Amino acid sequence: MDIVTKPKLSRRILDYTLLTVLALIVLAPFLIGLWTSFLPTMQIAQGNFLSTKVSFQNYIDAFTQTPIIRYLGNSLVISTATMIAQLIFCSMSAYAFVFLKFKGRKLLFTLFLATMMLPFEAEIIPNFQTVKAMGLLNTYSVMVIPFLTSAFGVFMLRQSFMQMPIELKEAADIEGLGHFQFYWKMVLPYNRIPLMTLGAYSFLGAWNQYLWPMLTTFSNDFRPVQNGLRQLQSEETFNDWGMIQATAAIVVIPTLIVLFIGQHYFKSGVNEGAVK
Amino acid sequence: MLKSPTQSRPRTPLSVQKTKSKIEEQEAKFTLNAKDKYFAWAFLGPSLLILGVFIFYPMVRTLYLSLFLTNTVGKTTVFVGLSNYISLLTSADYLSSLGVTLFYVFAVTIITISLGLVLANLASKRLPGIGLFRTLFSATMGVSVSVAAIFWLFIFNPSTGFLSLISTFLHLPQIPWLTDPTAAMWAVIITTVWMNLGFTFLILLGAMTSVPTTLYEAANIEGASSRFQFFHITIPSISPTLFFVSIITLIESFKSFGLIDLMTKGGPTNATNMLVYRIYKDAFYSGNFAQASAESIILTVIIALFTLLQFKVLEKRVNY
Repeated sequence: MDIVTKPKLSRRILDYTLLTVLALIVLAPFLIGLWTSFLPTMQIAQGNFLSTKVSFQNYIDAFTQTPIIRYLGNSLVISTATMIAQLIFCSMSAYAFVFLKFKGRKLLFTLFLATMMLPFEAEIIPNFQTVKAMGLLNTYSVMVIPFLTSAFGVFMLRQSFMQMPIELKEAADIEGLGHFQFYWKMVLPYNRIPLMTLGAYSFLGAWNQYLWPMLTTFSNDFRPVQNGLRQLQSEETFNDWGMIQATAAIVVIPTLIVLFIGQHYFKSGVNEGAVK
Repeated sequence: MLKSPTQSRPRTPLSVQKTKSKIEEQEAKFTLNAKDKYFAWAFLGPSLLILGVFIFYPMVRTLYLSLFLTNTVGKTTVFVGLSNYISLLTSADYLSSLGVTLFYVFAVTIITISLGLVLANLASKRLPGIGLFRTLFSATMGVSVSVAAIFWLFIFNPSTGFLSLISTFLHLPQIPWLTDPTAAMWAVIITTVWMNLGFTFLILLGAMTSVPTTLYEAANIEGASSRFQFFHITIPSISPTLFFVSIITLIESFKSFGLIDLMTKGGPTNATNMLVYRIYKDAFYSGNFAQASAESIILTVIIALFTLLQFKVLEKRVNY
């Protein structure tokens, strides 16, 4: 709209003021949390919010007195394993639905789609009994195995595989590439962006799991970071807000950095995968 | 590899064949590649196994459990048919949970979408430095549930919290955020909206920036106000995305668990005892697996209905 009417200066000032105010409101919880993470808990308890006694003490305490590093490590292992598994198994399934012709393909795909309607939250009772019977309780595997694949991932990748030019498949047939070679050498490289999007989705999805790890892990050795933070909060009899805020900051800052770097890919992927 | 002329030559008959109807083509390939069947099992096998064990089987099992009475370790004892459902749907306690969940879900969705629209509309303007604001507005996407809970629990904390300090400073009445039933509900709603905002903003922004600028140019020539342009150009142009993101928010809110466990534990006096939290407590605290299973099936039906609605829209938009 800038092309037709040249925006007036007053209009611009208004826009920037609004943008800044809204950004401050959205960021306020971060800023408050970050600021208090530098304050001694005594000062916070007394309501001395503008205290100048800022220090890294809370961070030192968090690193030395809590297993926050262990929690982060656990989450990293679980999320990375889940991401890699979903990239492999979802892309394989999507490949079958797009490039393989077999009896019952439509029915199977409908079945896959149907699983998207079934919330995992409503299946925790039998799933808990299953992993318990498998002897998986309180391991990394229990938080990875149920999420090795995802119907959403298959659906998303199928959409982008279908948009590949048919000439690619024809060229592969002429070159005599088998299915595994075509999948590995052409389909996967061609769909880098949707694969990266699925990677980000599955990683974040695993990172943000809460209910399932809470049911299936009982020790700090395997507890992921979401449940670890809950554990710390419940252990703190004395409300050590300074240190709690420091642990929150330690968890959120790496995610924010990754997000800002990856935003370009994520954004384009979200719009591709969802609705154009 | 496509550029090589030797390879492009024999493709001609194939492309002619391609112009035949899709069904014919599929039939031709179908008979040609009988071997595909084995590949299909290899490619689909792992996913089928996982979905079978952790999605299909548990759904059937949950349905089965919901028709029985169970003992405290989850073994079935007596077949009772639909009586678990009947007792749930006639219990004031469960209906109140259902009502609380519906209130939460719709409040979260309406507020998230409205705020997302405001932010996206503002950030879709082509101003210098707008990229910075876009990044900042989407920042809450990187916040996980426990971090959000910590931030907001401090803000809502009755004695030392940020809002309590502000109220004292401005001589406003103190709101007992987490101990008053209504206030606690709003505390959870506000936190959820904040967590959702980044994602919603980003999707709506994506849709808004792809609205053709010619539409706005024409409106400007006609002298249409920016409010008029927002409601008569922007909103209709992004309506599929708007619908999609609303349904996603609705579904995710129905499944809310983490924030409730971290912030209110379903309280005070069950004011935030929503469907998933209830399932968890009935099953793993009270050991009432049969009732929790019936609750799970009710939740599944609700979510399935909204997911079907979403598929209807996706079908139209994605399979072009």
